[in-house]
Amino acid sequence: MVFLAVAGVFLKPSSVVLSVYARIWVKMSLNCNLFGSDGRFPSNFKLKKVKDQMHGSTGVWKWKGKISTLLLVAIVVGLIWFFYGLSCSLPNAKNKSLFLSNIRNLFSRGHFSFSQHQLSALSGQDGITRSKKPDDHADDSCKSVCFWSEKTCLWLLTMMMAMILRASLLRSEAWSKQHLSLPWRLNPQPQQLQEQQQQLIQYKLPLQAQSQAKSATKWLKKLLFVFVALMLLVSIWLFHHIYQDTALRRKETLANMCDERARMLQDQFNVSLNHVHALAILVSTFHHGKYPSAMDQKTFGEYTERTAFERPLTSGVAYALKVTHSEREQFEKQQGWTIKKMEHGDQTLVQDFDPAKMAPAPIQDEYAPVIFCQRTVAHIVSIDMMSGKEDRDNILRARATGKGVLTSPFKLLKSNHLGVVLTFAVYERDLPPDATPEQRIAATVGYLGASYDLRSLVEKILQQLASKQTIVVNVYDTTNMSAPINMYGSDVVDTGLLHVSSLDFGDPSRKHEMHCRFKHKPPPPWMAIMSAGGLLIISLLIGHIFHAAINRIDKVEEDYRKMMELKARAEAADVAKSQFLATVSHEIRTPMNGVLGMLQMLMDTDLDPDQEDYAKTAHASGKDLISIINEVLDQAKIESGRLELEEVPFDLRAVLDNVVSLFSGKSREKEIELAVYVSGQVPEIIVGDPGRFRQIIANLVGNSVKFTNDKGHIFVSVHLADEVRAPSDMMDEVLKQGLNASKDGSEWNTLSGFPIVDRWKSWAGFKQLSNKDPIEKSEMIKLLVTVEDTGEGIPQDAQRRIFTPFMQADSSTSRHYGGTGIGLSISKCLVDLMGGEIGFMSECGVGSTFSFTAVLMRGELGSHDLKCRIYEESTSELKGLRALVVDKRRVRAEVTRYHLQRLGIFVDIASSLRAACLVVSNNSTTSSSAPLSMVLIDKEVWEREHIIEIRDLLKDAMPNSGTDSFPPPKLFLLATSCSPERNQLKSSHMVDGILTKPLKLSILTGCFHEAFSNGRKRQVNREKPAALGNLLKGKQILVVDDNAVNRKVAEGALKKYGAVVTCVDSGKAAVKKLNPPHNFDACFMDLQMPEMDGFEATRKIRDKEAEFNEKIDSGEVPLETLGNTSPWHTPILAMTADVVQATNEECMKCGMDGYVSKPFEEEQLYSAVACFFELR
Amino acid sequence: MEVSEMQRQFVEYSQSLFREGYLDSQFTQLQQLQDESNPDFVMEVVTLFFEDSERLIRDLTCALDQQIVDFKTVDAHVHQLKGSSSSIGAQRVKNACVEFRNFCEEQNADACRACLQQVNQEYFLVKSKLQTLFTMEQQIVAAGGSIPIMD
Repeated sequence: MVFLAVAGVFLKPSSVVLSVYARIWVKMSLNCNLFGSDGRFPSNFKLKKVKDQMHGSTGVWKWKGKISTLLLVAIVVGLIWFFYGLSCSLPNAKNKSLFLSNIRNLFSRGHFSFSQHQLSALSGQDGITRSKKPDDHADDSCKSVCFWSEKTCLWLLTMMMAMILRASLLRSEAWSKQHLSLPWRLNPQPQQLQEQQQQLIQYKLPLQAQSQAKSATKWLKKLLFVFVALMLLVSIWLFHHIYQDTALRRKETLANMCDERARMLQDQFNVSLNHVHALAILVSTFHHGKYPSAMDQKTFGEYTERTAFERPLTSGVAYALKVTHSEREQFEKQQGWTIKKMEHGDQTLVQDFDPAKMAPAPIQDEYAPVIFCQRTVAHIVSIDMMSGKEDRDNILRARATGKGVLTSPFKLLKSNHLGVVLTFAVYERDLPPDATPEQRIAATVGYLGASYDLRSLVEKILQQLASKQTIVVNVYDTTNMSAPINMYGSDVVDTGLLHVSSLDFGDPSRKHEMHCRFKHKPPPPWMAIMSAGGLLIISLLIGHIFHAAINRIDKVEEDYRKMMELKARAEAADVAKSQFLATVSHEIRTPMNGVLGMLQMLMDTDLDPDQEDYAKTAHASGKDLISIINEVLDQAKIESGRLELEEVPFDLRAVLDNVVSLFSGKSREKEIELAVYVSGQVPEIIVGDPGRFRQIIANLVGNSVKFTNDKGHIFVSVHLADEVRAPSDMMDEVLKQGLNASKDGSEWNTLSGFPIVDRWKSWAGFKQLSNKDPIEKSEMIKLLVTVEDTGEGIPQDAQRRIFTPFMQADSSTSRHYGGTGIGLSISKCLVDLMGGEIGFMSECGVGSTFSFTAVLMRGELGSHDLKCRIYEESTSELKGLRALVVDKRRVRAEVTRYHLQRLGIFVDIASSLRAACLVVSNNSTTSSSAPLSMVLIDKEVWEREHIIEIRDLLKDAMPNSGTDSFPPPKLFLLATSCSPERNQLKSSHMVDGILTKPLKLSILTGCFHEAFSNGRKRQVNREKPAALGNLLKGKQILVVDDNAVNRKVAEGALKKYGAVVTCVDSGKAAVKKLNPPHNFDACFMDLQMPEMDGFEATRKIRDKEAEFNEKIDSGEVPLETLGNTSPWHTPILAMTADVVQATNEECMKCGMDGYVSKPFEEEQLYSAVACFFELR
Repeated sequence: MEVSEMQRQFVEYSQSLFREGYLDSQFTQLQQLQDESNPDFVMEVVTLFFEDSERLIRDLTCALDQQIVDFKTVDAHVHQLKGSSSSIGAQRVKNACVEFRNFCEEQNADACRACLQQVNQEYFLVKSKLQTLFTMEQQIVAAGGSIPIMD
């Protein structure tokens, strides 16, 4: 572009510039955002993307800014050029027309758009034009002026370019700074202090940028002002120039015309002069040379009359004879008349002239009486010419010089016209040219005179020439310079311009001048006014447009700044909101903790039933409140994008059990059947965030529990997403059930027999499921979780906004059921975070099914070191047993089977007691597989008679029944609640145990344990402390607390369970003690300690352990000496009085494994410790 | 005095302590931790508590007598005291400490001083009560009786 512009400058691209100009004009009228401020700035508010795009747009901006700068320069230069070319070419009509045709060509071709090709073509064309121009330029001065202007323009161009580039540089710098500041805020730092600092910076940066931008704008405005001023000067100069030019041409025209007229007049006069001279010679020849004279008055008159056409300017000629006084009498006698005196002041008309009345001439030395004359002046015959003063002078000079002599202008006799008299002397012989005046006087015999009527003379000439109307001619006799005599022309009216041409009438002693003037004053210089005015208007327009553009940029920038400010404020508000939420939540939780603790204590005291009920209600409400606060906090975290998922291995089934136990109370209360099922294809250990996964499911199940009122079921099932696509015959039984939920007699083939919505529809919209993308990382698995219920369903109109925070189906819902309505929203966010989708299908009155997918990693069994293996003892003895499940509902049976399979029990299913009998008898006969050791009967198929029959059958079928090696199969009842009637069943030994639904691993193991080991029933209550004792016995435990009393208490408590306790009083000491290798099995760490608190100490310990593990890996430390405890990880448990979630999370974050509340509670201690120590 | 009478008095006295809120369940837990292997556990802990608390109260008095009170130190001391008292179950001391800490946060020196008085008072109360309790215990032991277990 720079090259082009420069090239254009050198090619003198008046036409190119014009086309550019036109284009810009169009562009600007369409879009005022010439400066690239095309409203592209932060239209994109997605902060994460801003960073990338900002750089791009800055680049674009810079580019555009430069182009516009160049365009501006080009316009200015082009304008100057254009008008220069115009003014230079004005004197030359040809050139002008060429130029115009050039322009016309340009426009007619429609070259408004402007490609490089066209540009070059145009400049080429222009080059031709230019090469022609010098030939056309006749005017050298014009050329030089053009050259000068070219230089000026170059200089101007350089200057302006420098200025504009500077300005644009300033602006772009400001912009880029502003934009550079953006990425700063993209990484939300956890530290609030930092954030605030950042915000301060954020506030400052736009301000700086703004001031820079403002100064740039000021610069531009100044530049614009300079430009306009410059253009004003240029237009004034242009006006002046064109005006001068016009004036000059006018003057030249006048001079030409005047000179022409003068020359013609002179020529004509000289022609008549010569004729008069010839006449003089004629008279000399024929009057004096012959004797007697060859001519008389008659011949002379006739001759002169007939040759008058040769002297068009003379009114008449006459011949006067030189007569001395001595000869007068003789002459008078001879002629017959006396010599008359010429009378002055006689103004009587020629017709009335009577020479007889005239007085005779007074006596003089000499006389010059007229003897011959043309008829037009016959009245002067006999008048003595010497008696007129002027005539006398004339005669004397004429005879002395021998040339034609003119009188000064005077009124001719008897004609009121001003005229001059030309006099030639007639000599008697031909004199040599160098004759002295005396010789000439002596040789003089007479005088020939001719009178010229000047007015008619000039008028005749002027008539011959055109444009008599345009100029006024005056002819002056300027022999006497101080008093010139006006010989022709009206009075002088000053019209400004005057040209004087001198006239030579052949008489050197007389001087004549011709003065010419234009008749009219010069017209106003329209051309100059128009050009200059046009230039001025155009430059003002450009100025205005640029001013508007600058203003607009200014405004946009101001808006932008405001927006940034508002954005910063909004962000600050957002941060403040999150902080507020966090703070307030924390502030609420702290006292709530006190409330809950006190309530717990209150409940432990001796209360009457009413009081206890109140206290329990208060406690439950408090817990609800805490959970709501946690939800709100979650929402805030999700909104601020600060929620991060963990990547830890966990047992999905255990998580589901956890959820089930959470809702088991409520579901039993409502008599809802709650069941979970995990497909066999789902790996045991998966890697992900168990807490969040649990939260999603808990949310969904919680909703279902909330909205399912009358009897029904809630069914949570987990499958691999790929299973959905499997062929139906290979498909999981439970999944298949969803596919063809058909009515089976009076009941639906569902968990509880109630109808449900089509589960498959709930994930119909999932993109991940529909597109087959099998080539994912092999360790990634996609889980499909569905939660179906037989609740009241979601109304159609509410289904759209169900995932919006704080929205419930309708406002009455919250009144009915309570809740904040953010559970689903949080769930959706969490699912999104897990890379999955959530969807649902709901029908009013039938129920809802929620489905979601989540992408997790396949975990290795070994990777889950911390997996709770408390139940292993009890499960190991159940492994390999066989069980028969009697249930008429297939799905429910499958769920039972799933749970039993987890314990390693083989399961057969019978749909009715009768079928069960068949199985039992078959089993006894074939006995191919392991013997049947338990029969689980759902309460719906429970019939007392059949049971007895089965019992008998079982007893019969087992040939070795009664012996220790083959105990008879036990009977278990599956029931949703423990009614007294059922307890009675148990006590009456009809069944060996009752399994209360919802089923979970602990219930099964507990029940089986009880049934299979009869003697230990009563020890159940004491089991836990004993377990704790078992757990901790002989363990080396480090207690870290700065408080001596606390230390003592903790020590005492742990010692009680058989642990070997070491105490230290500071974080530093703890770090020292736990520097691997060491003998400690666990560490209990106080959080708040001076110098180094628990968090920091833990972090340090973990760092050291990591180092040590590296050493082990690299083989520096032999593994054998340490036992197989690789990787090294000492369980560290926080001791805290603050058991709310936030602290817990922080504990986990810095590498702790759990926490126990202070003071120790047995149960909690147990559950916390149990995870780390296997039962022995 | 009969051993049984002494035992009855002991039980009544300790119950009154719980009832009046001088002690809480934590103290019971402490008592449960005491067994044959560790016969003077409660005594040891409580003595430790006395020493610790007296030191802390002394430090607190010192700190609050300063012209410019360093609330950070005060807070740390009170935190310690709170921890110890809650560990042995000296509930009223603990509650006084909680209140104390609130005023620390507000940096209210006068209120802190008042609180210190309150804490001091509560401490001496619980100290005398516990000492009485231990005396009774020793008497029972000396009389050859066993200390009744409360639940």
